[in-house]
Amino acid sequence: MSALSSLFVREMKLATRVGGGALMGALFFLIVVTVVPFGVGPDLNLLARIGPAILWIGALLATLLSLDRLFQADRDDGGLDLILMGETPLELVVLVKCLAHWTATGLPLVIASPVLAIFMNMEPVAIGATTLTLAVGTPALTFVGAIGAALTVSLRRGGLLLAILVLPLTVPVMIFGVSAATAAVQEPVPFATPFSILAALGLFSMVLGPIAGAAALRFAGD
Amino acid sequence: MRLIDYANPTRFLGLSAALLPWLAAVTAITFAVGLYMVFFVAPADYQQGETVKIMYIHVPFAWLSMFCYMTMAASAFGTLVWRHPLADVSAKCAAPIGAAFTFLALATGSLWGKPMWGTWWVWDARLTSVLVLFIMYLGLIALQETIEDPARAAKASAILTLVGVVNIPIIKFSVDWWNTLHQPSSVFRMGGSTIATSMLVPLLVMAVAFTLLFLVFHLMAMRNEILRRRIRAMRMIEAAGAE
Repeated sequence: MSALSSLFVREMKLATRVGGGALMGALFFLIVVTVVPFGVGPDLNLLARIGPAILWIGALLATLLSLDRLFQADRDDGGLDLILMGETPLELVVLVKCLAHWTATGLPLVIASPVLAIFMNMEPVAIGATTLTLAVGTPALTFVGAIGAALTVSLRRGGLLLAILVLPLTVPVMIFGVSAATAAVQEPVPFATPFSILAALGLFSMVLGPIAGAAALRFAGD
Repeated sequence: MRLIDYANPTRFLGLSAALLPWLAAVTAITFAVGLYMVFFVAPADYQQGETVKIMYIHVPFAWLSMFCYMTMAASAFGTLVWRHPLADVSAKCAAPIGAAFTFLALATGSLWGKPMWGTWWVWDARLTSVLVLFIMYLGLIALQETIEDPARAAKASAILTLVGVVNIPIIKFSVDWWNTLHQPSSVFRMGGSTIATSMLVPLLVMAVAFTLLFLVFHLMAMRNEILRRRIRAMRMIEAAGAE
């Protein structure tokens, strides 16, 4: 257990120190949200309506952008080989790495989203709902993305391929995340239904991601 | 004979060479029968007129887009679990064929949709999930093309294929949910369940014909891939000897 906790501490240190780029994702998130009004126009009613969707797309893109470093840095410095040879189950290592990665890059997105939601002229209820769905949904994105990151770890320029592989798999998370956020302000649909499915998707990807990611890493090491 | 006995590529090449002409002949005959039934036996729809004939190719394409993926998933399982040497050849060769069938299902659906619903594309649940399937095919092909070593490419794409199999029902379910949330009364109405026998028989014959066509293409592509790998191996031996 101590091996895993020290791995978590190591990942957090690497992410937050110089060259880690933990907050880069949040900065990218800010820029995506800023660019949208230039595209769709400054109509505040429209922005309030599509606000949750914009925040979700921004968070999805920001998560994707940071994913390619998940295993690549370890592969470059040889740490991945040590992890592969170690006694700790690889699935747990991938799980811990994902959790650390989410804490360093996903959590800032969740914290930033209420501020960005104000730019989108969203109501307080919608802001709360969107933040809550992002808090539950972004770990799912990280876990699904870990599969793509593990598959493309040996490739020189895997970043774009990673996005192509991962995006179709994130469709369900996206759908239920945005649905839950919009359901909080619109009448007919209850908030709890899509939100619990979103939480289920998060738990499911928490199982699937580490298993598939570990399998991919093993084969990449062959 | 067990499945592993067919693992020898040379034996596979011999067997498929013997089988292919017969399979191709059966395919051609089935197509001839199917097309005759479609054009001369099957009635025109009382509402849709002659455009209903698009159904006889559109539905087989859609069915094969799933069938190809299931073939790939079975092959991926064979690659990862039994390390069957032909399984990754099968998976690799099925991907472009499956992508082509999926594209054709989307294209024929679009051509059928224009006169029927007045638009080329609607964000209907069924169409959207087929589009996502098409993107997944392209991603798999891209992954196979990016990794140079065939053995590693096979394992990576096998993992992705199996992850896709787990995810496809979830994607299908969530897209259905999304669609009913956003547009309760869709323009898309399939009268599929109440199809008349006079239309069902030609449809089934066409479905069998296209499935046979897939088998022919798949076997041919697998033969090519085996030969391509042999050439690659021979070149590498030659290059190693030249040093």
